[in-house]
Amino acid sequence: MDPVHACFKEKIGEVLLPGDVFSFRLPESGDGSVKTDKIICGPGLRRNGEEVQVCKSGILRHKPPNMYWIDSQQRRYVPAKGESVIGIVTAKSGDIFKVDVGGSEQASLSYLAFEGATKRNRPNVQVGDLVYGQFTIANKDMEPELVCIDSCGRANGMGVFGADGLLFKLSLGLVRRLLAPQSEIVKDLEKIFPFELVVGMNGRVWVKSKTVQQTLIMTNVLETCENMTSQQRQTLFKRVAEGSL
Amino acid sequence: MAKDGAAKLSKNLLRMKFMQRGLDAELKKQLDEEEKRIISDEHWFLDLPELKAKENYIIEERSYAPCEDLVFGRMSFRGFNPEVEKLMLLMNTHKEEEDDEEEDNVSRMETDITDEEMARRYESLVESMRKKFAKKRDRSAITKNKEDVNCDAVDNRPKKAFLKPQLIFV
Repeated sequence: MDPVHACFKEKIGEVLLPGDVFSFRLPESGDGSVKTDKIICGPGLRRNGEEVQVCKSGILRHKPPNMYWIDSQQRRYVPAKGESVIGIVTAKSGDIFKVDVGGSEQASLSYLAFEGATKRNRPNVQVGDLVYGQFTIANKDMEPELVCIDSCGRANGMGVFGADGLLFKLSLGLVRRLLAPQSEIVKDLEKIFPFELVVGMNGRVWVKSKTVQQTLIMTNVLETCENMTSQQRQTLFKRVAEGSL
Repeated sequence: MAKDGAAKLSKNLLRMKFMQRGLDAELKKQLDEEEKRIISDEHWFLDLPELKAKENYIIEERSYAPCEDLVFGRMSFRGFNPEVEKLMLLMNTHKEEEDDEEEDNVSRMETDITDEEMARRYESLVESMRKKFAKKRDRSAITKNKEDVNCDAVDNRPKKAFLKPQLIFV
């Protein structure tokens, strides 16, 4: 366990490039079984036999006890299992809806995957609607599948949403910063005016506010605050709050 | 049908059940063994040493959500959408409960309906149960008293008891 973690520890917080390798030989006990704790390689790290290779450039992050990943920037979304995304319904064919999630392929969403949907009782979903759902299947070999219920059959906020409001696209890094547990951006945004926000991990964000003007202001503010330091951001938000009142 | 000296019947024909009824047990066993040998020769197998699957101690995780503990994606602020705000509390406390299971949060339990609503419900429930089991004469009394919240009107009628029939001499 120790040689493994020590290998990673010295590189935490450093910029790594694709092709960097972490290899460690573990001491084997008498009967040939290796007793170590499991290591979880997050996005950006890949297992290659007994080594771990870096496949994206970025900074190595660590979460105790045993999770490591590469924090990188990109705009193109790649579907991953368990992520909640915003999709746009593009077609209805038979029993499934085709949903555009911003990946290389359109995802399929079965009409039974909504809360309270049965064969007789179809959900009210039209082409062009926005849906918030989770991936159940998302790998490079198959077409991704979305569902709008959890494993108990409850919706938990997923499903069709948004009669009004505006949908726009952000980079994936900013979206993750918005969804972080104690996000400062969100705390600063709260102070401007009341609004509703749905953030999908595919970079799509939907905003709704009381008036059209306020909605547009929120959109512009979110799009521009990506590359600002927190100081600049706070001054901008203050100016916006005063200007709108 | 040409009759050959030693009737040349095919192997498959000889293997059929009706041809084997006259055979001895030994002959039957021999035939069975031959068949098994033929079948096992036809099976293909890999002539490789046995490989043991190594236990993987490196797990790959493709999503950022568990790495960075991302919160639920629907948010509402300053009361814009109260349902979403309730949902935010629900989903985010779910996550917190998973994180610290050792802390016992005994002070307040999560409730679906408020305490006042529960009390109101209970009150009407008690009322309806009482009505159900009350005698017909008392049922109307209950509905009359329900409107009187402060219990000002006191029921002064004497309770009707059984009167023994008596003879009255005029």
